[in-house]
Amino acid sequence: MTLSPDAVILWRVGGVAINATITFTWLVMVLLTLVAWLVTRGLASQARPTLPHTMVEMLITFVLNQIRDVTEQDPEPYLPFVGTLFVFIAACNVLTIVPGFMPPTASLSTTAALALSVLVAVPAFGIARLGVVGYLRAYLRPTPWMLPFKLVSEASRTLALAVRLFGNIMSGTVVVAILVSIAPLLFPAVMQAFGLLIGVIQAYIFAILAIVYIASGTSVQAQDGRSGREKGVTE
Amino acid sequence: MMEATWIAVASIVVAGVTMAVGSLAPALGQARALSQALQSIAQQPDEANTLTRTLFVGLAMVESTAIYCFVIALILIFANPFWGGAVGG
Repeated sequence: MTLSPDAVILWRVGGVAINATITFTWLVMVLLTLVAWLVTRGLASQARPTLPHTMVEMLITFVLNQIRDVTEQDPEPYLPFVGTLFVFIAACNVLTIVPGFMPPTASLSTTAALALSVLVAVPAFGIARLGVVGYLRAYLRPTPWMLPFKLVSEASRTLALAVRLFGNIMSGTVVVAILVSIAPLLFPAVMQAFGLLIGVIQAYIFAILAIVYIASGTSVQAQDGRSGREKGVTE
Repeated sequence: MMEATWIAVASIVVAGVTMAVGSLAPALGQARALSQALQSIAQQPDEANTLTRTLFVGLAMVESTAIYCFVIALILIFANPFWGGAVGG
């Protein structure tokens, strides 16, 4: 029983060991690119949309609506980043049911990379929208005494983001592996079906948290006027 | 050898206790949040979208305490900082 796909070396290229994490990440990337290319190949403004095209449109509309609800801004600039996070993580987690596929998200390296990209994206979007001074001033609000707490919160939420995804997916695969060795008849299949649900929910949570962090980094100026909605306070 | 045994015993026991306590408390908190959210959705079905999203974000925040415990348990078992000195690494 292997705990992490990092430890599984699939092949070597010129002395460089390529482990399962990298291989399956590339596989998912190729798969997603291929699907996107196939769906948008015959795109024309007059043609009737095909079924795959409509399904992808539904997905994009869903992500756009979620971003618009959370940020209360124009969702277009955030769509590529957040949508890619959601689609990539969901694809990794759902492909777990394919025998032999080890989800790259069960490795801490992958999830740490994704969380670090969120850590970088928050100031990037914030500076793009508010400017350097406007973004950095948010760290000193409401008082400069809050600065260390805000820095700690940035670090700890990045750690939590990475470990949450890693822990959920890794424990899912490990539980299935243990069940296969002690009760191989029916329970592993049930747990894998449960793992599909967990995987999609975790992808959703990762993307939603990324949007929430980005929204909190980009909406500081409007905070004086309206701050109720985002904290879930309605009426 | 004696020292290494004690470190192993302490690490394994504490990892188990960490996971037990660290999953018990967040589970209680999450259950409370979930029951409140279900009640709110039953009262205001129109707001189900906002409630569900806020619930997920809140659950994720509550869950991070459980995740810290999980990390500590993992470190104790798989990357114990005291193990190398005792075994002579």
